[in-house]
Amino acid sequence: MTNTLHRYGSAESFRDDYILFAIPCRGKNDEGAVEKQRAFLRICVRHKPANMGNGSFGSYQPSRALNPTAHWRRDYTQDYESIIAGVTKPGTVAAVFDSKEAAEACLREVIQADLGLSINMSTSVEGAQECCQDTGIRRHSVEYSLGCWDSHDRLPNSQVLEISTMCGHGMISFNMARKMLDMVREGRRTADEAVLTLSRFCPCGVYNPARARRLLEQARTCQR
Amino acid sequence: MQIDPHKCVACGNCIPVCPMGAIYIDPAIRRATINYDECVECSTCYRGMSQEHLNPVMVRAIRRLAKMFRFRFEPEPDVCPTAAFVMEELAWPRTVRRVFSDPLVEHKSTGIHGRGTEEVKTNDVAHRVSVGEAGYVIEFGRPGVGVRFRDIQKVTRELARAGIGFEPKNPITHLMSSPSTGDLQPDLLNEKILSAIVEIKTELGRVPEVLEIIDRMSKQVDTVIAVGVSTRCDENGEEKALSALLDEHGYSFHRAKTNLGLGRATNREQKPEGTSDQHLAPVR
Repeated sequence: MTNTLHRYGSAESFRDDYILFAIPCRGKNDEGAVEKQRAFLRICVRHKPANMGNGSFGSYQPSRALNPTAHWRRDYTQDYESIIAGVTKPGTVAAVFDSKEAAEACLREVIQADLGLSINMSTSVEGAQECCQDTGIRRHSVEYSLGCWDSHDRLPNSQVLEISTMCGHGMISFNMARKMLDMVREGRRTADEAVLTLSRFCPCGVYNPARARRLLEQARTCQR
Repeated sequence: MQIDPHKCVACGNCIPVCPMGAIYIDPAIRRATINYDECVECSTCYRGMSQEHLNPVMVRAIRRLAKMFRFRFEPEPDVCPTAAFVMEELAWPRTVRRVFSDPLVEHKSTGIHGRGTEEVKTNDVAHRVSVGEAGYVIEFGRPGVGVRFRDIQKVTRELARAGIGFEPKNPITHLMSSPSTGDLQPDLLNEKILSAIVEIKTELGRVPEVLEIIDRMSKQVDTVIAVGVSTRCDENGEEKALSALLDEHGYSFHRAKTNLGLGRATNREQKPEGTSDQHLAPVR
């Protein structure tokens, strides 16, 4: 899966988008991986991630039995403990940070923990390079996103793309991103409320609510 | 996916939720309806929306009343008030839609989890892509457009014609009737999915040629293609060869996934080289 690689935006727009994820390699280091993945997530929690996920669900989840009062009062608590407890098999676990400082601090602790799992960072090319230099890491491999090749103009405008492509699995539709942008611009929802609505559609927990909030606020005040 | 017409109240909340834009209100029956051919079985409507379990008759009556007075109720936009979506059992070949579109579904039909493999993410342990090599993830239909297998086949055939081998454990390779020609199973060709990843590997020097093929073919397919190219860094953690090549040929790249090299093989019993699930086909 490449669900964080092709986020739309300039390098500068990824200044508040740093994703760290841990993944075991099947047949090589997947024995005992569950405990290591949980340890990775526990480290991440200490550095106040913007979002976190265990591959099955993230810190914002839809409800299967919503009380009608939710239309006025909805529970927005992030439940990190259930995410950690929800790691039951080897797979990808991830945390999203809204600053380079937080991602770096987390990475330092992950290095010290020496989990033996593959750790990856997804952000701008420069952002990852700087984090590696600051933490004394020599990068092993790098995968560049060459973006989306759209020969037939099938894609919407950049605002919609920036909001929706933060769920790389495509669970946040263009129309939903557009609807949230419109609702925020028209004052029918705050940026915070819109962000929570969007985040609940991302089952992996890699959607970045902090960056989405900034983008929605920019759209609301017509800064672009 | 189906919508229970006895439960649906035509509130329209699900319409913008669908990544494929396949849900609409049918005025003849006054219910939300799914365009079955466009639906990719991603389950975003079923799983992504929260559910209330209100009485449909009551909700319809309230909505009719509000409509009469031109009242505009601002409900939570991600809620299905009557839990009207129903997951259905799928039969082949429609099963591939769910497998390639719902990220929480295992690839039971292909034997692989997810839309691709671990790619470069475990390269520090699996050593799939070496110095002097380039790995490619060519993702069709992403973002938000979707793709039919017949369009994927147009590109895989062209790559095969250029003598490029496919990652053997990738789900798309698994669905090929002939990996040497890039042909996919004929009964799949009209199936639509949210996205699929084709994975290949070449020597670094072939990067411009491969990207030229993808660029040329992207004009002949009715979808979008997201492209990622990876390689190994040198012993100092530097990567200049691939980035220079991309710069030289005018490809811009702002974002990257970086393997930090912290992984190592720890299993007591290691699978011998070449039998790991993640190994790519030999470089050609």
